[in-house]
Formats: sequence, structure tokens, C-alpha cells
Amino acid sequence: MPERPDTDVAIVGAGVVGCAIARELCRFDLRVTLLEAGPDVGAGTSKANTALLHTGFDAKPGTLEARLVARGYELLSEYAPRVGIPVERTGALLVAWTEEQAAEFPAILDAARANGSIDLRTVGPDELYSREPHLGPGANGAIEVAREGLVCPFTTPLAYATEAVLSGCDLRRSTPVESVSRAEGGGFTLTLPGGELSTRWLVNAAGLRSDEIDRMLGHDGFTVTPRRGELIVFDKLARPLVRHIVLAVPTKITKGVLIAPTVFGNVMLGPTAEDVDRKDDTASSRSGLDYLMGEGGRIMPELLQHEVTAVYAGLRAATEHADYQVAMHTPEGYACVGGIRSTGLSASMAIAEHVREQLGEAGLRLEPKPGGPPEFRMPNIGEAGARAHQRDDLIASDSEYGRIVCFCERVTSGEIRDALAATVPAVDLDGLRRRTRAHMGRCQGFFCGAELAARLDREAR
Amino acid sequence: MTVVVLGGGPAGLAAAVELCRLATRDVIVVEREVDAGGIPRHAQHQGFGIRDLRRPLSGPAYARRYASIAAGAGADIRTGTMVTSWSPGGPLELTGPGGRETIDPDALILATGCRERPRSARLVPGSRPEGVMTTGTLQQLVYLKELTVGERALIVGAEHVSFSALVTLGHGGATAVGMTTELPRHQTLGLFRAGAALRWRTPLWTRTAVSAIHGRPRVEEVELTDLDSGATRTVECDTVVFTADWIPDHELAVIGGLDMDPGTRGPAVDAALRTSREGVFAAGNLLHAAEPADVAALSGRHAAATAAAHVRGSAWPEHRIAIECEPPLRWISPNVLSGEPSSPPRGSFALRSTEFASRPRVQVTQDDRTIWDGRISKLVPGRSARLAAGWTAAVDAAGGPVRVRVVHRG
Repeated sequence: MPERPDTDVAIVGAGVVGCAIARELCRFDLRVTLLEAGPDVGAGTSKANTALLHTGFDAKPGTLEARLVARGYELLSEYAPRVGIPVERTGALLVAWTEEQAAEFPAILDAARANGSIDLRTVGPDELYSREPHLGPGANGAIEVAREGLVCPFTTPLAYATEAVLSGCDLRRSTPVESVSRAEGGGFTLTLPGGELSTRWLVNAAGLRSDEIDRMLGHDGFTVTPRRGELIVFDKLARPLVRHIVLAVPTKITKGVLIAPTVFGNVMLGPTAEDVDRKDDTASSRSGLDYLMGEGGRIMPELLQHEVTAVYAGLRAATEHADYQVAMHTPEGYACVGGIRSTGLSASMAIAEHVREQLGEAGLRLEPKPGGPPEFRMPNIGEAGARAHQRDDLIASDSEYGRIVCFCERVTSGEIRDALAATVPAVDLDGLRRRTRAHMGRCQGFFCGAELAARLDREAR
Repeated sequence: MTVVVLGGGPAGLAAAVELCRLATRDVIVVEREVDAGGIPRHAQHQGFGIRDLRRPLSGPAYARRYASIAAGAGADIRTGTMVTSWSPGGPLELTGPGGRETIDPDALILATGCRERPRSARLVPGSRPEGVMTTGTLQQLVYLKELTVGERALIVGAEHVSFSALVTLGHGGATAVGMTTELPRHQTLGLFRAGAALRWRTPLWTRTAVSAIHGRPRVEEVELTDLDSGATRTVECDTVVFTADWIPDHELAVIGGLDMDPGTRGPAVDAALRTSREGVFAAGNLLHAAEPADVAALSGRHAAATAAAHVRGSAWPEHRIAIECEPPLRWISPNVLSGEPSSPPRGSFALRSTEFASRPRVQVTQDDRTIWDGRISKLVPGRSARLAAGWTAAVDAAGGPVRVRVVHRG
């Protein structure tokens, strides 16, 4: 351990959890380094989240996950509108299609009460069909969860990373951690492509690879088995069909296939749940897509008449344990934050708060930074708020906000320019898509693909 | 009297020229691209302008020529401007660099064109690598942006536009490793196929589906499935071009509350190209995707004539009779009969089929009464056959829907 390590805290992984932890720690007088193997923040598992803002009503009572999702819901609900993360409170309807599924309702309500969710109520078939008229035939009834909502899975990690960087965080993208070892006299040495990085404290938020980092340090608490979830996104013209998040009654294995609006005004169908061998196997499959189309046709037949805008697959960092794998190894100064599944988006701020408390108890000095958090606001890419092209003030101040480049998603030239020059700038087409929605729409680049490629090409030169 | 034309491609520009010629006062063309001209702007091969301008031109030359004719005729062409809101009964909201404005024209011609369905809409599974695109993107990359497009490309589709993609790839320095079609043979002109075979030696794989795409970060290989045997094989390539499989760009038509035709997926129109909403017309490839640019232009010209008559006070017919077709026919256009019998664009209805037929016998019936029975030219998927419009005078205005079917494949 050098006299003064390169950084105070190194966080491995800039997914939604790593970014939330970086943001949380950067509120204090600390040197924080955030390392991401991929080309961008939130570009691994986080970007393929089902994008629900969970209340945690259906978590297993008494678990850390149940507590952090409930707390995270409150924290993110407060933070999101403040910094411009799109959120929509549509409410959810958990629909029973059989007598057996309806028989699960009392247990679901009991668990929700144990989790502190008191806003659930059962809804009979008549009310269900009047509120969700395009549901397929045969629904028995539903449980309404009024506070469930949608949150932008792209803007959330970007907002955390932006606040962290504005507060002094050293964000390094395309920087995979090749190995980790304990340094003599305390702290850790990380081997990176460009050399070594010494740190006093280490936070493992490596998602799918969190078990590998954990093993490098001699721990053997869990193994990540990637569980693939395939999703189909339907055209915006399908949006009027769906008013709520339509959930399925969960089984032991999966929460089932859901249909939900997205904050971008599309309709999402999915996910599948399938354990796969490789941690980079984000390919969709014929069988998965056929299964989803079958389920979609049963839940909401009219949905299938609409065009599919996108198909993608994400990998959940599932482990052999039912709960998040969060552990503070006090003497060495190592926090492991693994096994965070899809609820991690909703829970992210609470996970960060929890990890910060644990680090504090382990001896990390937490002196609040003078001056408070930085002032910033993310560009709005959600349909619930005003988009750039809808704002007369913005267009009057800069005509580039009136020049629409991506027609399907109505993304302006000004927004693309801003994304390429942001605090955490886009470095590739995928990054541009997540920051602006450009190229994410029904034409998938037929009209704007070449223009975006040219702009990225110009930027790279 | 203000007439707004939405879309400054061949159909929209031709409509604007005709409106100006018919002395319609204010003609506004709204074009969301930086330049007017539509898809021909980036289709750099020859063969444009034969049917409408009576001279052979390249795509870009045709686009420039039409834009200048329309501007010269007095049309107000607003480029970089897009309709951002419309509703059944409501005015149009336009957004451009100058800000937002609303406009409530006396007549509106929708000419918003079409696009190729992308890989996602075709539900082709696999990873999501770079290098997967439509012909539209490919042409713009090569001809408008002069960017590279990879080295080895697979072309999905074997229609006219697929051969245009082949030419574009050659221009961009890429080799086409093959063309696939799920049909038993290509759907372009024999001359194009023979020329392509001779010049590029590109194999054409018929009855073949693209069943998966693999690679990261760029395409590495594509899995092909033989539809007859079910056998799969892989082809190494770094680019996949999804061609044809056109769909009308119909978002505005849908949000404006127009009746849509289930076959064409464009607005349902009568022979005068009137939609279900008074004062609203539709033309070009929005009606049925896709036709060559000059055919779209003639459709625009046709809509302009009836739009001009409408703003001068001609009555809007209320009763509409649907024209329906049976498989293997996919659609017919125009697909509604209303008002006094009138001639559709080019004097005929366009018919599309999902199957080949060399000299099909077609029957037109209404309420079990045969109105017309005869042979038409050959049916080729992806290309329109023409059904002369003489029979419309025999339709009973108080009768049920008119049905069109193939009774013998010939």
C-alpha cells in the first residue's frame, strides 16, 4: 500500500448500482474512481431492464431486497423529477387468468402488507376490463398496485454518473479490471489495461462478473448464473391499448410475462427467463420470441397487430441465493454488492445508501462536501414531460432544438449535439440512442441512421 | 385557400406542381428532411422520370429537378419541418428551426411515403451487432455521407430495391456474398438479375430465410435456413442489408383518425384518392408501398386534381364501398368506391399478390353478382399488376363491398 493510494474508493462496475454508489459517495469529501469495462455507463445489464419502478410489494418479506426496493422507490421517486429522469406512475394490475392463480391473491396481499405496501386492492373482472379494455378474454380478476410505475432505465444510471462526475468522480469507461489483489498494509491494487490503480477501499458492483471479482479476493459467497430475459418492444401506435402495467401471477421460477407501457410511449412485452452459460449471451432466440408472441397474443391479442420496433435480451445477475448478496468485509475495506437482479434499478439509491452506511461503519471517513450537490438536469427523453422539440423557449434560444433529425422519436439536432458533448458524453451509436432516443424508433435508422453515423464519425476525428 | 402537402418526395412534389398549375393559391409542402426529393435523393441509379417527366434521370437528378420545378411553380417548400401533432378533426402542428406553428388548411394531401421494415420488425433473432441496416440507410451512408459500409454483405430480399442495394454496395467498395429470398424466385426484371449475375457473380439463394444474426460488436455470421429441407448453414459477413418489405409511413394517417386499409396498411382511398376524412387526400407510396418514384408522382398529380376541385367547392361523397381482395391477393389500391365513378391514377387499380401467377384470371363481384371477369398481366410478389378500371361503372352504389379474387392462376 503506497503512502497515499491513487484513490480513496474504487468502484468496479458502472451499471445502475455502481453509478448510484459513486453518486452517493461523491457527496462526501472522498476521491472516488468508477471503473467500467464496457464503453459506457449502464450499457450492460442495466440497459436491458424491464424499466419498472417497483414498490417492492412482491418481494420476499424480511429480505434485504424487500427493504431496499421499498426504500429505493421512495428515494428515486423524489430524485427522478428533480434531475429529469422520466418517471410515470401508471399503476399495475396483476391479472389472474385461472382459478388457481386467483387463489394466490390472499398470499400476495399478505406478503405485500408484510412489506409495508398498503395500497393494494383486488379488482373484479368487470372493473378490470373497463380499466384495461384490450385484455384478452378469460381474466378472472386482478390485484391493483396503484403506486407501481415506470422509470427510464437509460437516464437513471446516466444521471447518477453525471452527478458523480460533476462532484469530482474519476469515471473511466472501457476500463476492465483484469485482476485485483490486496496490497501490503491494507487497501487494494487493481490491474487495468493502462497500468495499476491503488485504492484504500473497494466496492464490487460488477454485476454479472461480481462473483469473479469476489473470488479474486478469496471469497466464495455466491456464483452468478446469467438468466436471460428477452423483450419485445412494440410500435408507439400500440400505446393507447395499454393503460397500466399488466403483471402475471408469479410462479416459483419467474415473475412471468408482463405487458407494460414504456416512458418512451411504446409497449413492452416480456421477459422470458432462461439460464444461459455465457455472461455475454444477450442474443434473442426464435423460441423465446415465439413464446413471447404467444403470451402476448393471449394477454392482449390486438397488440400483435402492431409492428415490432425492437427486440432485445438482457442478463439478470441471478445467484443461488434468494436475496441480494451485499457484504461488508470490514477489516480489508471491501464491500461486495452482488446478485442484484432486475429490482436493482428501483432499489439503486437505497443500495447506495446502505453501502455508504456500511462503509462508514467500517471506518470510511464521511465528511460532507461543502456546497452541497451540483446543480444539473438531464435532458428529458420521456413522453410524460416536454421534449426539446415541444419547447418554444428552447427553440427560440437555439434553432437546433427545432431541427428534428430522428423523425420516429423526434430527436433534435440540438439534443444530439448535447449528448456528444455531455458531462458523460456518448461515444457510440448505442450511447447516443440511450441519451436521446435517436435511432430507437420504428424505422431503426432507415431515415436517420446515416446522419447519426456521420455525426459520430465527425466527433471521432 | 391553402392546400398543405405533407411530404416532399416524388408524390408530394408532383402534387404541389399540379396544384400550382391549377392555380390553387397557397400551396405549402412540408418536408422533414433538409432537402426535398424523397428517396430518389439517395438512389443513385438511372431509370427515374420515365413515366412522369418523360426523360431518364438518376435518382438525385430527378429529386433536384422536381424540387426546382415545384419551387418554380410557386409552391412554398418548407424543408426541415415536420408535423409533430395532428388529431381527428384538429389542425396540424408543424415544428421546424423557426419554431412551432399550427395550420388548418382547406385541403391536405398526405404523401409521407414508405420505409423498409427493419430487422426487428421481421423478428430475426440473434445478437444486435453493428452492420445491420436497410437499403435506405445503406444508400445514404454511401451516396450522401460517403462513409464505409463493411466488406462482405448479405442482401436479404430479391426485389428491385435489393438489386439497387447490390449496386450501392459495389459503389461503397463492399462485396455482396449473396442474396436471399423466401420465395422460389427473384421478383425483379430478368434483365436486372442477369446483369447482376454477370457483373458481380452474386449468388441468389431462393426459398431461404435469415434465421439468426450473430456477432459482436459487428456482424460476424448469419444463419440461413432452407425453407424446403429445414437445413441450416452459416454465411460469414460483416454487413446485412434488409431490403424491400416496405410499409407505408402511416403514423400521421393513423393519429389523424383516417380509415386504414388492412391490406395496404395505408389510408383507404377512393379513385379520386379521397380518404375517409373530408378534405384529406393521400397519394404515392403512403397508399401502398412501394412503387417506382414516377408512379408515385403520377399518383400525387392525380390527388392534386381532386384536391383542387375540392377547394373550389365540389361535394365530398359520404357513402363509401370497400373493395376487398382474397388470398393470394394481398391488396388492391384504390380500395374504396365512392361518389360518381371516376378513374384511378393511370386509369387502373394496382393489385399485389403473395404468389406468382403467369396469366391469372380475375373476377370482380358485388353481392354475388359478377361485374368483371378476365385475364390480367402476370402477378409477381412485390410488384403491382394493373386491373383496368372500366368495371366501376357497373358497381351498385347501394350494394355491399366489392370483392376481387383470382379464379385461375393461368
